[in-house]
Amino acid sequence: MSGDHTPAGSPFAPHTAADTEAMLDAVGVDSEAELFDIPDGVGFDGEFGIEPRSERAIRAEVERTLERNDDLVELLGRGHYSHYVPSLVDHLSLRSEFLTSYTQYQPEVTQGFLQALFEYQSLLVELTGLGVANCSMYDAATALGEAATLADRLRQTSGARVLVPEQLAEGRREVLANYVGGTDLTVEEYPMDDGNVDVEALGNALDESAVMVYAENPTVRGCVEESLDAIGDLAHDNEALFCLGSDPVSLALLQEPASVGADVVVGAADVLGLPTSYGMGLGLFATREEYVRQVPGRLVGASTDDTGRRAYTLTLQTREQHIRRERATSNICTNQAWVALRAAIHAASLGPDGLADLAKESVTDAQELANRVTEVVGVKAPVHDRHHVREFVAHTDQPAPAVASDLEDEGYAVHVLGEHHVQLNANALPESEVDGFVDALTEVAR
Amino acid sequence: MNYDQARWTDDDERYEPLLSEKHTDEADLDDAPLPDELTRDALELPDLSEPELARHYTRLSEMNYGVDSGPYPLGSCTMKYNPKFTEDVAVLDAAAVHPDRSPESVQGTLELLYDLQDYLGRIGGMDAVTLQPPAGAAGEFTGVLVAKAYHEHNGDERSEIIIPESAHGTNFASAALAGFDVVSLPGGDDGRVDLEALEAALSDETALLMLTNPNTLGLFERDIEEIAEMVHDAGGLLYYDGANLNALLGRARPGDMGFDIMHYNVHKTFATPHGGGGPGAGPVGVVDELAPFLPKPQIVQTAEGRYDFFDPEHSIGKVHGYLGNWLVLVKAYAYIARLGDPGLSDASAKAVLNANYLASQIEYEVPYGPFHHEFVASAGEQDAADVAKRMLDYGVHPPTTKWPEIVGEALMTEPTEIENRKTLDQLAHAFNAVAGEDDEALAAAPERTTARRIDQTAAARDLRLSWQSLDGE
Repeated sequence: MSGDHTPAGSPFAPHTAADTEAMLDAVGVDSEAELFDIPDGVGFDGEFGIEPRSERAIRAEVERTLERNDDLVELLGRGHYSHYVPSLVDHLSLRSEFLTSYTQYQPEVTQGFLQALFEYQSLLVELTGLGVANCSMYDAATALGEAATLADRLRQTSGARVLVPEQLAEGRREVLANYVGGTDLTVEEYPMDDGNVDVEALGNALDESAVMVYAENPTVRGCVEESLDAIGDLAHDNEALFCLGSDPVSLALLQEPASVGADVVVGAADVLGLPTSYGMGLGLFATREEYVRQVPGRLVGASTDDTGRRAYTLTLQTREQHIRRERATSNICTNQAWVALRAAIHAASLGPDGLADLAKESVTDAQELANRVTEVVGVKAPVHDRHHVREFVAHTDQPAPAVASDLEDEGYAVHVLGEHHVQLNANALPESEVDGFVDALTEVAR
Repeated sequence: MNYDQARWTDDDERYEPLLSEKHTDEADLDDAPLPDELTRDALELPDLSEPELARHYTRLSEMNYGVDSGPYPLGSCTMKYNPKFTEDVAVLDAAAVHPDRSPESVQGTLELLYDLQDYLGRIGGMDAVTLQPPAGAAGEFTGVLVAKAYHEHNGDERSEIIIPESAHGTNFASAALAGFDVVSLPGGDDGRVDLEALEAALSDETALLMLTNPNTLGLFERDIEEIAEMVHDAGGLLYYDGANLNALLGRARPGDMGFDIMHYNVHKTFATPHGGGGPGAGPVGVVDELAPFLPKPQIVQTAEGRYDFFDPEHSIGKVHGYLGNWLVLVKAYAYIARLGDPGLSDASAKAVLNANYLASQIEYEVPYGPFHHEFVASAGEQDAADVAKRMLDYGVHPPTTKWPEIVGEALMTEPTEIENRKTLDQLAHAFNAVAGEDDEALAAAPERTTARRIDQTAAARDLRLSWQSLDGE
C-alpha cells in the first residue's frame, strides 16, 4: 500500500482478503470474475502492457521527463501570463474538501464551494459592470464560442453573421468556428487598423444580418482598443450583440465593459490563480441580467435555508444539459470550478490596490521593454502607435523566424507574427532577465 | 457513524460572511499610466489581510464535503479517492510552460502527453487519441464533430444521432450543439437497448449511436456486438460515452466491442480530482479510419525519437484554445502509471464487487441487474430528493437522485472501489435507516449539515447572483 512499493492490485482499493471473501459470499458468487456480465466475444485479459510503478518512481520519472524541456525565459503572452501566484492560493485551494468535491448538487453540504463561486461571480460583476457572470467556461476560446451561440439564441433578425477582428488568436478563431458549426451562423473578419478596430470598415461591413460583433481590449497584440464606444454603438445600431474579449487583470484599470455598451464579456480568467500551465484555462463569461435565462454554464445564487439564514445554491438549472438535454443553453457540465476558486483567492489576496497595481505594471512593463528594444539596432518597437498592455509587436530588420530561433538558442522564447514581426511580453519578468534579453536581442537582430 | 458538518455563523442572518461584507475598499486609480478616457472611474473590491483570507477560505472548506470527508457514491459521476502524490507530480516546476512554446523546446511535456495518449489508446482499444477536449462533454462534442466530418468527407451527409433515453444529458446537448437532430431511443424491458427499437430508429440519416456500456443503470449491453453490426450496416458510427469506463478497466475495451469513437473522463476513471465541478479532461480515442479528422495539432514521435506537432489531414480544427487541461492530464498519467495492468483490472473488480455488495445490503428495491459499477434503487413511495437530504445527516453524500427516469424516484448509487466493507455497511445503514422514516422526518432534513434545507425555488424566482445584488441585506 505504501507509496514506495509497486502495487499488486489497486493501491486505493482497501479490501482485505477476508472482506472480499465475505462480500462475494453475500452477493452469492465465487469470484469477482463472475460479476462481469460480458460476452466472451468482447472480453479482455487485462494485459495493456502498462507496468505499475511506485509513487517514488513515478515522481522521479515525470521529473526526469519534464527536465527535457528547455529552460527558456518566456516573453510569450497572447492570453497566458506567468504572474506570481501567492502561496496562499495553493495552500487554500488544495484543501481537500475543496479539491475532492463534486459539483454542488447537494447545496446544504457544499456551502463552502458555493460561496466561493458566488464570490468569484461577484468579482467578475465588479470588473465587467455586467449583472451576471457564470462560474466558469473552459477557456477564453470556448467562452467566445458560447457567446456566439448565445447571440444565435437571442437574435431578433434573420441574419446570421458573427464579426470578429482579423487579428485574433488562432485558437479562438478555430474554436469559434466549431461552436457555430451547428448553427446557421457564419464567421466573418473585419479589418484592423494599426492594432485597433478599423471602425469605418466595421461600419461598412455591418448591417442587420449581423448578430454579434466581437472585439478585444486589449487586443491580441496588446493594444488598448480606443474605439469601444463607437464599436458598441455600431453593433447596437444593427441589433447585434457587442461581445468584448477582456483580461480580468487589465480590467482593474481599463474602461468598464458595461460602460462602453458590452452585452457579453469573455476572456481568460486564468491570468489570476493559474500559471501558464501549457494553456489550461478558465473562461470568463459575463452578460446582462436580461439574458440570464440564456446563459450557458452554472450559476450560483443566494437563497435562504430553513433557519432563515442566507445560503447558496446552483440555480436556473433548467437551462442546463442534465435537465433540458438537447434544448439546453450549452453542453457544458464539468467546468473549471476549482480554477475559478483559485482566481478568486488570488484576486482577494491582491485586493483592490494590488490588482490595480498589477494592471498598471502591465502597461508600464510593456512601455519600458518597448523603449529598450527599440534602441537595439535592427529593431523598432512598438509597431503599432498605441497604448499597450503587457505586450507589443516589434519590427525586426532580420527575418523574424530567424531572430526567434536565434533567441531560443540564447534562452528566450518570443512569438513570431510575420516575416519581420515578433511579439514581446515582459509582464512580471525580473529586471535581470529583461537585461539578458535585450543583450541577446542585440546579438541576433543586427 | 455520527456526523456534524462545520457551521460558521456570523449572526441570525447568515453563515460565514462574504469577502465583500468583511472589508472592501476602492482601488487607487489616480496614477494610471493611461489617458483618463481609456480607464475606468472606480473599482471597489474586498480588501482583507492574508490571515483574514486564510481563515475565510479555511472556514469555507470546512463547510464543504469532498471524497476525503466521507463516502460519495454519486452514481454516474465516479467519485473515487484522489491520490495525493498526483498533485505533487502536477505542480513540478517544469510543468509550467507557455502553450506557444516551440515543440523543440518542450520535448518533455510532449513526451508525457504522447505517453498518456498511448496509455489511453491501449486501455480503450483505440488507434489514435487526442487530449485536447477539456471535459467529458467537450469530448462528446469533439467525437460528434469527428463523425460529422467523416460522413461529410465521404459525401454522406447524415442529420441524426440516436441516443438512449437514459443517457447522460450531455449526449443530447453535444449532438444538438453540433447541429444534429436527436433520435431518442426507448429502453427495453430489461433496461438495455431494445434491438427492435434500435432497428426502427436506424436509417440513412443515422450519423452516430451514442452509448455508454455499462449503461446508466449499471447494466452491460450484452448485445453490443449485434448493436455495432446494426449501426455499421446502416452506415452509422458507434460512439462510446466513457463515463462508466471504471467498470470495464482491463475487462473489456470499447474498441473491441465495435465502438469507433470514445471519450475518456479522466476525472472519473483515472481519479483526477473533480475540484468542485472541474477541471476535468475528456480525451477522445478513435479507430484508424477516423484519425485524419481529429483536432489539431496532434503529437507525433519522429524516427529520431523526438516529438513534434502535425495537423491531421482532414482535421476538424480546434475544440480548445490550446491543448486542453494539462494539469489534469499529468495527474491522469501518474494515476495510470501507479496502477498499471494489475491495478487497473483490480479497480474495476473491486468497483463491481462493491456495487453488488451494497445493492445486496439495502432495503430499497433495486430493479434490473446484474450490476456492474453502479445500481439504481427506487425510493418507492418516498421522494428521492428528500431521501438524499436525510442521508446527509448520516455523514454520507447521497446518490444521484431522480435519474435515470426509467426507475421511479431513482437513487443512482456508485460506491467505487475505494470503500471498504465497513464503510459500505455504514452506507447501507444510512439507506436502510432512511427507508424506515416517515415523510415528516425526511422533510425536516438535513439537520447536521452547514445549512438546513435551502429554498431552491426562491433562488430561481428572485435571482441574486452576486454580492452586488444583495445590497442592503
